[in-house]
Amino acid sequence: MTEPRTEPVRKIRTPIRLDYTMTAGEAQSRFLRQIANRKIFGQRCPECEKVYVPPRGSCPTCGIATRDEVELADQGTVTTFCIVNIPFAGAAVEVPYVCASVLLDGADITLFHLVQEVPVDEVRMGMRVEAVWVPPEERGPTLQSIKHFRPTGEPDAPYDAYKDRM
Amino acid sequence: MPEASPQVLSATHVLEYPYTRSVGPVIGRFLTALRERRIEGVRGSDGRVIVPAVEYDPVTSEPTGDFVEVGQSGVVTTWAWVYQPRPKHPLDQPFAWALVRLDGADTAMLHAVDAGNPSRMRTGMRVRVRWRAETVGEIQDIECFEPEDPA
Repeated sequence: MTEPRTEPVRKIRTPIRLDYTMTAGEAQSRFLRQIANRKIFGQRCPECEKVYVPPRGSCPTCGIATRDEVELADQGTVTTFCIVNIPFAGAAVEVPYVCASVLLDGADITLFHLVQEVPVDEVRMGMRVEAVWVPPEERGPTLQSIKHFRPTGEPDAPYDAYKDRM
Repeated sequence: MPEASPQVLSATHVLEYPYTRSVGPVIGRFLTALRERRIEGVRGSDGRVIVPAVEYDPVTSEPTGDFVEVGQSGVVTTWAWVYQPRPKHPLDQPFAWALVRLDGADTAMLHAVDAGNPSRMRTGMRVRVRWRAETVGEIQDIECFEPEDPA
């Protein structure tokens, strides 16, 4: 108690805490185990042929199971992004930093991750990026095995290449 | 088709919001009184004594009036037994959530009753406050209520 006991009570702490056990499911468990081996796998819908990453085991559009695994590049295109300027408790990265939707080559939906090693005001839609992996001994079944994405230096992807996969 | 993984991964995930809220002059005074091991209500616009203190009359929406100290014993108006307390519950052993109308109050407040066994609980039973060893100015300063009648 920091307030002297003679002072009237002006505030109370009311933390809200929720303790979850997250179960990844079969498709995501496979995905995460492969991430630990520096491989990124998605799943292709047998009907619409969209490739989902991370896979959830089903296609939300067609409503059917997705079983075919597809290995994807660890390179892709920034489709959209935001610059985070406000620090918050527990944040792992110093502001300002960029969170981006990255469309991996071969995928039809984007993965959300950090884009670093570039000034934040130079990040743009269409920018080509590649995964920077943590050292092998730090890799595990978690997306944190990818430290961040960084620009490859290739020319930007044309808008038409990703406009339907935002 | 790839073989199904024999094992599905799972991990703990904690979501926590470390809120601090300012309590305002009325609830602040109620909490300050708890720190002094007193329970205060406020008078509503029709003269009823409302406990815990509130800033506005719940019926007329008028600002509430004078503070009134009420008793530290009262009557259970309704209750529900908790057979398996959760980690954040006020008591580790089974207890009752109850509405308690304190002597001198016209409304009932929600709190825990440490009765040991649901057979000791009944609507209309008398209970009294058990204070926490160290009071700091929050509702948990009332550790719980306990039956006035010996077991």
